[in-house]
Amino acid sequence: MSVEAREARQPWLLLSPALTAVVLLLFVPLAFIVVYSFWLRTATGADQAGFHLDNWNEALTDPFYRDILLNTLKIAGITTVVCALMGYPAAYFIARSKGNKVILLLLLMLPFWISYIIRTMSWINILGVSGAFNSVLLSLGIISEPVQMLYNETTVILGLVHFLLPFMVLNVYVSLEGIDETLEDAACSLGATRWKSFLEVTLPLSLPGLAAGGLLCFVLGAGTYITPLVLGGPTDAMFANLVFEAIITQLDWPLGSALSLMLLAVLGALVLIYNHYLGMAQLMKGLG
Amino acid sequence: MDNTKRYERLRERYMNGDLDRRKFLGLIGAAGLAYGLHTPFARYAHAAVEEVRFDGWGGVVSEAFREYAFEPYTKETGIKVVDGTFGGADEYLARVKASQPGEYNIAHLSGVFDYARYHNLGLSSTLNEDNIPNLQYVIPKLVDVFRGVTDGKLSCVPYDYGTTGLAYNRKHISDEEMKEKGARILIDEKLKGKIGGWSDWRTRIWYASLQTDQDPNGATDMDAIWDAIRTHRDLALKYWGSGAELMSLLAEEEIYVTEGWSGRIYALQEQGHDIGYMDPPNGFGWQECLFVIKGSPMEACEELLNFMLAPETSIAVAEGQNYPPALDPTKVDLGKKIPTLPAFDPTGKLAGLTFANPDYWNSHEQEWSKTFGRIQKGY
Repeated sequence: MSVEAREARQPWLLLSPALTAVVLLLFVPLAFIVVYSFWLRTATGADQAGFHLDNWNEALTDPFYRDILLNTLKIAGITTVVCALMGYPAAYFIARSKGNKVILLLLLMLPFWISYIIRTMSWINILGVSGAFNSVLLSLGIISEPVQMLYNETTVILGLVHFLLPFMVLNVYVSLEGIDETLEDAACSLGATRWKSFLEVTLPLSLPGLAAGGLLCFVLGAGTYITPLVLGGPTDAMFANLVFEAIITQLDWPLGSALSLMLLAVLGALVLIYNHYLGMAQLMKGLG
Repeated sequence: MDNTKRYERLRERYMNGDLDRRKFLGLIGAAGLAYGLHTPFARYAHAAVEEVRFDGWGGVVSEAFREYAFEPYTKETGIKVVDGTFGGADEYLARVKASQPGEYNIAHLSGVFDYARYHNLGLSSTLNEDNIPNLQYVIPKLVDVFRGVTDGKLSCVPYDYGTTGLAYNRKHISDEEMKEKGARILIDEKLKGKIGGWSDWRTRIWYASLQTDQDPNGATDMDAIWDAIRTHRDLALKYWGSGAELMSLLAEEEIYVTEGWSGRIYALQEQGHDIGYMDPPNGFGWQECLFVIKGSPMEACEELLNFMLAPETSIAVAEGQNYPPALDPTKVDLGKKIPTLPAFDPTGKLAGLTFANPDYWNSHEQEWSKTFGRIQKGY
């Protein structure tokens, strides 16, 4: 074997464990889901193999699924905007701080050490009728009886922001770290104010990081089902809850498969659009 | 003859000169090879019955099982009980469906309709009742219902029973008001934002049947039922999905009224919360069973079931989980606490409880669970 051929083969050899894992853990299960989506659920709950378009027809034409999908995208969109508004200043502060960056980044990572479900449930103790917030308001005499704050769309968004904010901050931080600080000084030396130099120089250069954080927050937010389950009211379900119900409650794996592929297609399309305009490199930096 | 004896005889023949050295060593080698091959597989074979997996509802129920049943059982038999939990029978069924035969063994199922559902999916086994002598102490009515589903045989043993009745905060709702309004209190405008409900489609339809004056095992006007469910949804703060969530919502006073599981409400009362409990006429009675799933190690499972049905174990578990045991009070002295538990029937006939008809509920399961899923989300 020639040296060139051996060198060409080496990367594939090194990549083969990872590729095997991706094929076995991602593509094979995905193929199963695709096959399942064409099966049918019988009256007893057993699956009937075959090639039927009934589930796809239902998923694509029933306004119930369309409305919940749109509502899910709306909630994910609001969450992403809130994360961007809250995350950017925090990332900027960390990136420009002198000396204590490691501590600040550690504080940012701290929530990841606690289970996502526990973090979500902690809002019940904060915003509940007998929770910390109501207790403080009552003891200060601001309210005479507890205010009902939980179990609505706002608390679902709050829970999602709590979960996703670190992803936004990290992505923006990585982007800001890559910007030469002297560029701002140069803008100032040419007569721009600090604010103007931020708007004209720093913000445009950090947009790829903001977009990467936005994409992550949107995709993760749109795919969640725990937050609406724990913090939502009776009508605050998101699309992933429909998948959960189809598969778990109704034991309708074929329909659940079609619904999950539908969500995957919508979110996958968003990722492709992002990749087309901005590329995946920034996202990888943020995740790294 | 054991292996040591065989080796001694072989050695004796060699020492006597009946075997040459080559043949002796050859036989020893063959024996070693056979032992080496046999032992690892024997270990796996034994491992299959060294543990039994049990899945239940978690919380105080699982704590009671662990303390009063599994630990003493393991101590006595050496068989380890792998203790798992689930949030509901639907979720558990999905897990079992995705598993390999033998992965899940015994489940604490609720309702005869679940028993029938599991049976219809080919997940039932056939118990050898001779291995479960303590079955004789169980209320006959509870056993017969299961036999009817599985052609006279059993894939489970009844274990306890209870009700899903109305739980209410006495600070805000009086006993008199509850008696007057019954199931309709769950659609009372006055309590908007303080009403809860289980996210289980059967319970929602059962209570909607009561609210619309229909037979919960034979409703004829489903439109009225869906309307009642919509009304409840619009007034409710939250659908709860587990016993722990039910207890938390009531204890924290997020909600004042909901349906609730009798044992969980009793546990709240024991903790000092002023929560009332009432079974309305035709309230939802259910029985739980210990279901053995097809592909399980039957003898080990039967041994565990017999151990769990032993009066001392069964009573201790019942006192821990606050649900009356399936033991017949006319045959077994159930002690002092159990007669005070909600839903307890001292006659052992259970004539006062209305159980779900499995044929009725399972024949509508596909359609109703889907419709409820939509209504629950605002449709």
